[in-house]
Amino acid sequence: MAKVKGTVLVNTERCKGCELCVEACPTKTLALAKKEVNDRGYHYAYMENPDACIGCAACGIVCPDGCITVYKVKL
Amino acid sequence: MITAEEIIKPENLVYTKPKLMNDTHMHYCPGCSHGVVHKLVAEVVEEMGMEEKTIGVSPVGCAVFAYNYIDIDWVEAAHGRAPAVATAVKRLSPDKMVFTYQGDGDLAAIGTAETIHACNRGENIVIIFINNAIYGMTGGQMAPTTLEGMKTSTCPFGRDVKLNGYPLKISNLIAQLDGACYVTRQSVQTSPAIKKAKKALRQAFENSMAGKGTSLVEFVSTCSSGWKMTPVQSNKWMEENMFPFYPLGDLKNE
Repeated sequence: MAKVKGTVLVNTERCKGCELCVEACPTKTLALAKKEVNDRGYHYAYMENPDACIGCAACGIVCPDGCITVYKVKL
Repeated sequence: MITAEEIIKPENLVYTKPKLMNDTHMHYCPGCSHGVVHKLVAEVVEEMGMEEKTIGVSPVGCAVFAYNYIDIDWVEAAHGRAPAVATAVKRLSPDKMVFTYQGDGDLAAIGTAETIHACNRGENIVIIFINNAIYGMTGGQMAPTTLEGMKTSTCPFGRDVKLNGYPLKISNLIAQLDGACYVTRQSVQTSPAIKKAKKALRQAFENSMAGKGTSLVEFVSTCSSGWKMTPVQSNKWMEENMFPFYPLGDLKNE
């Protein structure tokens, strides 16, 4: 099986912290910031376990605000 | 070990916000289904290469500002009258792809007559119907689609069918009409459901350009603010309570 490695970029200013991406992530890569907030006061999403990401894009697809960009490479 | 900088390159891009969706901050509440449906509309229009030929009709309701978020041409209709406006636009410019984007208060309450008659005339338009069983914009009042026993600000003890009547399955009603060619019910809570919904939306747009008749795509959606839940809880509540009453799938496909 080819190994894949992904990474996501979150537009933190656009993020509203709805947590749907965290719920959709199959590898528990994403989490909401515990203390940090963006300009609007939302706890934005970030990669808590960046090594776990497989670039499946489930987070990007469910994001209602289109904040997430997903990249993937085959190793 | 490969670093993030090495992965973030244009050739490795898997998913990003559709180009037609601009950078305006959306006014929707966190986790609102509207955002996902907006993205799907933008993606489908982009994939069909109809960016310059699409005209949307925005409703009155939460989606009233849809014209701020997707870079296509828009018309704003009076409350409930989007299918009537879309009829005029499509008849005057038959080469354009015309769709309406309406919520349940707009489509199933004040605009019931316009919706049913546009579908019955078989206008070559697409009607996108967001059904979240509540009036989201005005503060979570009871809508015609509110489920039996569901609590809203105007029926705080739950909808009583003796007093308020039964929830309206408007898509089933429209599926009976000869003018409607495609009536389907979809949802956008998980990524497989979103992919399926996108396919349905694409078919609806293709039907309208092929002149087959009216296509209606209903999205069973959430309203976390109106339902007083978190977005994650709302999705769960929708799966448990909305889906048994509003089952997903094609109601009509001709």
